Amino acid sequence: MSVFASFRQGGLVLLQRIEAFFDAIFGSAGNPWRHLGALAFYFIWIILATGIYLFIVLDTGVEDIFTSINYYTHEQWWLGGILRSLHRYAADGLVLVMLLHLVREFFYGRYYGFRWFSWITGVPLIWLVYASGIGGYWLVWDQLGQFSAIASMEWFDWLPIFSDPATRNFLTPGALTDRFFSLLVFLHIGIPLILLLALWVHLQRIAQADVFPSRTLALGTLATLLVLTLVKPTLSHGRADLLLVPTVLDIDWFYLFIHPLMYLTSPAGLWAIATGLTLLLLLLPLLPHPQQEPIAVVSPPNCNGCRRCFDDCPYGAITMLPHPHKPGHQLASVIPELCASCGICAGACPSSTPFRSIEQLVTGIDMPRQPVNALREEMERKITALAGPVKIAVFGCECAADVRHLGSADTAVLNLMCTGLLPPSFVEYALRSGADGVLVTGCREGSCAYRLGTRWTEQRLSGQREPHLRPTVPVDRLRVAWADSHEMSCLKASLDDFREYLQTLGADEHRSRAYTPRRIAQNG
Amino acid sequence: MVSKSPYNPLVLAGQALFYGLFAVIIAYFSTAPKYTHLEPEISLIKLSFSYHGEPVGECHKRTPEELAKLAPNMRAPISCPRERSPIKVKIDLDSQPLFEGVAPPAGLSKDGTSTLYKRFEVPSGEHMLSVKMNDNARIKDYNMVREEKVTLKPAQILVIDLRRDHGGIFIE
Repeated sequence: MSVFASFRQGGLVLLQRIEAFFDAIFGSAGNPWRHLGALAFYFIWIILATGIYLFIVLDTGVEDIFTSINYYTHEQWWLGGILRSLHRYAADGLVLVMLLHLVREFFYGRYYGFRWFSWITGVPLIWLVYASGIGGYWLVWDQLGQFSAIASMEWFDWLPIFSDPATRNFLTPGALTDRFFSLLVFLHIGIPLILLLALWVHLQRIAQADVFPSRTLALGTLATLLVLTLVKPTLSHGRADLLLVPTVLDIDWFYLFIHPLMYLTSPAGLWAIATGLTLLLLLLPLLPHPQQEPIAVVSPPNCNGCRRCFDDCPYGAITMLPHPHKPGHQLASVIPELCASCGICAGACPSSTPFRSIEQLVTGIDMPRQPVNALREEMERKITALAGPVKIAVFGCECAADVRHLGSADTAVLNLMCTGLLPPSFVEYALRSGADGVLVTGCREGSCAYRLGTRWTEQRLSGQREPHLRPTVPVDRLRVAWADSHEMSCLKASLDDFREYLQTLGADEHRSRAYTPRRIAQNG
Repeated sequence: MVSKSPYNPLVLAGQALFYGLFAVIIAYFSTAPKYTHLEPEISLIKLSFSYHGEPVGECHKRTPEELAKLAPNMRAPISCPRERSPIKVKIDLDSQPLFEGVAPPAGLSKDGTSTLYKRFEVPSGEHMLSVKMNDNARIKDYNMVREEKVTLKPAQILVIDLRRDHGGIFIE
């Protein structure tokens, strides 16, 4: 394993441990680590909502803007002051969760293959967030705003793009006019609007994107920001004075760290760092990485146009087209460049049921590497070979805790490309074929390598989503235990516990007969 | 085993702890640590101008023969070279060189403005400032000179500009 791969793997394990720890406290739905993108959107909504009020009330004259902001900060602290602080702290939170989101997606390896588009389109967002945020500091037009404006202009003046040095706009008090702040307000609204547009592009290849955190996480975050605004309201520095250099500043390091970095190096040095990092992020998808598995394949004779694969695909890689041979019907079609080869579509297909009596099981949409027919044959063969008082079938996921280590004389292991590939009917089929219990495992929700495999499997097994597990299946013989790759010991403990539990249950006297006993005997 | 119910006091305490930690991180780094942009007892001199230098050559009056060779709409009686002179600058502070450089005219034909922006951190206090500039390539020496005793307060900004409407070198 290369140093780079080792670094990423080490980071992933650490991250997954942190996420598992937070799961225990916040639950998966409320775990901020698993919803960093949604939190970023949430902060943007807070910034926009509070920004509308500030835009309405602020006076943008050179002499008035500072006084205006101070009035709302001190005299109308109960509304304007709180909204200003919320605006500022939400912007800081946005940077924090955006950078964590970037690091998390990197460690999860979500930057290459079919994900290149989301990764690449995410890079300009960083520039847009910073451009939006830094302009906001200028609008206060206190000493910090003056410092930031001049430092930014000194940075941009290094580029040969202005006929006159932009810094000359801040050379003397007389150089600055009211029009400057009108322009600044325009930019401070316009750039975030471009940011929203860029976010829309960023999510183009993500189906059912997580753009709003759960109610508990949203309320908890808002409450935290509100407490923060009351305990430490945002205050301005002294009034800007272009005859004096701001000397000591309470700088916002989330946004304004670039200025000290520039004075520590040089404008050219900062450009080198900024463009170097940007290029590095843009080139990351081009680094060597594992080849993608063959994509999903549609079998037109077996596709009834039910749209379940269309609904469940996490990347919008399936479209529904008019069926060429069945008028009035639709046919699923895979968009090759969008397909993640996860198999969640095969798990969603009603034709993927193993109860179909045909010898060669062909489903409506299938994965070439792990066809449903091969999965049925493997399951029949392994369950027939089981011995012992309690026989267990384990359906696992290649991306999660390695279930292959769980195989034993009484435990049949089926390692899927993604747990979402598992049609729920396979659980019933396994129980009727001789298994006393079925353990389903895979990535924890939020860790799923294909985003929605865990969620869809849970919903299918609990009857909330089609295709669902039939109600006649005894639920006490099914256990679901999500475990990330570092949680092998937890998974083993869950299996041992399940085994003990099944022993207390004894044999299922009401077990339906095996659906195809002849086939099992033959294959066994 | 600890119950994962959202109403479990331990779970609630854990959530409060981490929401609090998030708030502390935001609160701290939004204003701290302090950044010292300029040390005490230091002032700033900014040299900046955006200035059209003089033409590099003399203008000359076209002869009737020269005018006759031109198209009727191009017969301007005076012909001047398009290229502008670069601006040469030399600044001394207390007889010590602070800056010496040249700002070339912009544009492919070198007919644009010469621009410059430099900042110099200097000790506060009284200084003898000498600014010399040349905006005419036909003159070898500096054709604009200004020497001035300046008193700079800590953090004060002194601007050196070059402006025709202020008669050349302009110190503010």
